[in-house]
Amino acid sequence: MLGLSSPLMPAKPALPDYSAGAGPVEHRFNPYSNNHGSVVAIGGSDYVVIASDTRLPSGYSIMSRTQSKLFPLGEGGRSVLGSSGCWADILTLTRLLETRAKMYWHEHAKPMSTGALAQMLATILYSKRFFPYYTHNILAGLDENGEGVVYSYDPVGCVEKFKFGAAGTACSLLQPMLDNQVGKMNLAHGNPEAQMDMEEALNLIHDLFVSATEREINTGDSIHFKIVTKNGIEERTIGLRKD
Amino acid sequence: MASTFMADLPASGFSFENCKRNAFLFEKGAKPPTTVKTGTTIVGVVFKDGVVLGADTRATGGNMVSDKNCQKIHKMAPNMLCCGAGTAADCDKTTTMMASQLELHRLNTGRQVRVCTATRLLKQMLFRYQGYIGAYLVLGGVDSQGPHISTIQAHGSTVNTPYSAMGSGMLGAMSVLEMRWRPDMEEEEAKKLVRDAIAAGIFNDLGSGSNVDLAVIKANDQVEYLRGYELANKKGERKQRYDYPKGSSVVLSEVKRPVIVESTQVRQVAMDTS
Amino acid sequence: MSILSYNGGAVIAMKGGNCLAVATDLRYGVELRTVTTDFPKMFEIHPHLWVGLPGLASDTQTVLEKIRFRVKMYELQENRPIQPETFAAMLSNMLYERRFGPFFIEPIVAGLNPHTQSIYLCSMDLIGNVTTPEDFVVGGTAEEQLLGMCETVWSPDMDPDQLFESVSQALVNAVDRDASAGWGAEITIIEPHQITTRRIKTRMD
Repeated sequence: MLGLSSPLMPAKPALPDYSAGAGPVEHRFNPYSNNHGSVVAIGGSDYVVIASDTRLPSGYSIMSRTQSKLFPLGEGGRSVLGSSGCWADILTLTRLLETRAKMYWHEHAKPMSTGALAQMLATILYSKRFFPYYTHNILAGLDENGEGVVYSYDPVGCVEKFKFGAAGTACSLLQPMLDNQVGKMNLAHGNPEAQMDMEEALNLIHDLFVSATEREINTGDSIHFKIVTKNGIEERTIGLRKD
Repeated sequence: MASTFMADLPASGFSFENCKRNAFLFEKGAKPPTTVKTGTTIVGVVFKDGVVLGADTRATGGNMVSDKNCQKIHKMAPNMLCCGAGTAADCDKTTTMMASQLELHRLNTGRQVRVCTATRLLKQMLFRYQGYIGAYLVLGGVDSQGPHISTIQAHGSTVNTPYSAMGSGMLGAMSVLEMRWRPDMEEEEAKKLVRDAIAAGIFNDLGSGSNVDLAVIKANDQVEYLRGYELANKKGERKQRYDYPKGSSVVLSEVKRPVIVESTQVRQVAMDTS
Repeated sequence: MSILSYNGGAVIAMKGGNCLAVATDLRYGVELRTVTTDFPKMFEIHPHLWVGLPGLASDTQTVLEKIRFRVKMYELQENRPIQPETFAAMLSNMLYERRFGPFFIEPIVAGLNPHTQSIYLCSMDLIGNVTTPEDFVVGGTAEEQLLGMCETVWSPDMDPDQLFESVSQALVNAVDRDASAGWGAEITIIEPHQITTRRIKTRMD
């Protein structure tokens, strides 16, 4: 500390230094933002349905009320990716996947199978192991027998194959009821091998999103369905609460 | 003197008995929990004959809605109401405590309490706690001096404006008020304005939601509390029922016991006020 | 991990037509290590008034003792059972008194008035903010999962058997998706003249 002294005014002990905290504070740029979103998928014997909410929030604001998080992949394919998390990363990831699927189509003159896409997605996610895409993914599609399959991912590419699954912000609200109704968990007379028919699956997903919208502030506006069968992909949209 | 049979009245005010233990726990790496916040939209406007207050009804804890239909317009005095934003418990307890102080003041003076008295009482109380009591309030009332809206921050600062908005949805609400408020509005127009301001918060702010509550205060303690003035959002209709057949859960043990219900009679004894 | 999820747990109270269900899991753990599987977090104040105290287990027990003392003092003084509304107000004030050094519990209160058949449900945060919904209240580490289940499963005016199945399915499926709750469940159905307590089979992992 700077002190002035003269023969007439002997140097006083300097005033103590004050600091705001324990030490210097480092401010860093956060490359991620959380744009939330929830995805649910249920596979049956000859179909798979995947649905997402269409709200795109940022902080306490709504950026879009009509943004689906479902991305059909591969030319003429039977696979749909549902992706939630950092919207910028979702856009980058899906663009990359689309390009790779198109390259495959040009090279092999056939669409990528759901299994191949699932493996490719895992590899791409893991390639960013130390600067991950901040995305929670669910890949729904038909397997080689035409049966519905659902692949569930963590942000760094850990993948598992299921018959149903939920991902994203409201997954903790959605997953238990899926386990119960589709997986027949904890039901004394339930048959876990039984396949759910499509109409029931659509109704269940609708009811689950209604419940999630009641209790989770980032979920709402509407549900976007994609119904995948051997004949193609059909779309549906149903409204939800807008608050 | 405390005895086994007659416990002393507990000391009034906050208890800090757990603070040292909690500080120790946090030092050991435990994370402090979050309290229920009312990420809110609250509004108050002055019109020709009084004030209109409005609030949404959502209470949140993090990303979850902890109450879908909570009451954010609190009663303060026969001629005053107070909307609260911030920490829900703080708003609730602060307003009830101040309401009883105002009632005592009213009984002591034998007059209607003025809004500026309530404002002063609240700001002095909140200032003492340096903002740690997270109550952000919009106080409205009509007294001998006319209608008043007073905004009180948790740190104790206040402003008196003819229209005011608070909470996470205040930007949306304030944009409506700035556009449409004008002096000497009619009652219906003022109610419509407040409804629209709250709706702006409900639909554009994720922290606000569900219904619109309104309250109109006019001279001579005329208070009209319109709880659920507009049910802006209804729960979506379920497409299926989820009734589980009997025996879905496997019962390991069962104890049934009858309850003998005794009837009780409560005699009301008038309070001794001599 | 928040201090509220140090020991884990899950509780529900749900309203039926003229009946009420309260349910709790039975796990007591220390973070991810399970210690005991006989630790209910729902307590009987008297047959028609129950309180759930999920959160830090030491505070569950401390607050329970404090509550029991206060209730006994009240009932000695008033010579009548405490009403759920009174009880909730007392608990709320007890928690708010410790606003700046709270107990780490998020209680739920459930009561049935056998004379009027009216049902009182409420949940609180750790500093005593009361919410009184019309349908159900949940608490504990599995809160999100329970909310998802209950919102879907609940319907108005369920009879005692229906209510039992709904509450047990809601609880069991919710705790299966929460690592710090589960390991058994106890469901109590409260009717004006009968209390039925059942333990049900759950996953033990």
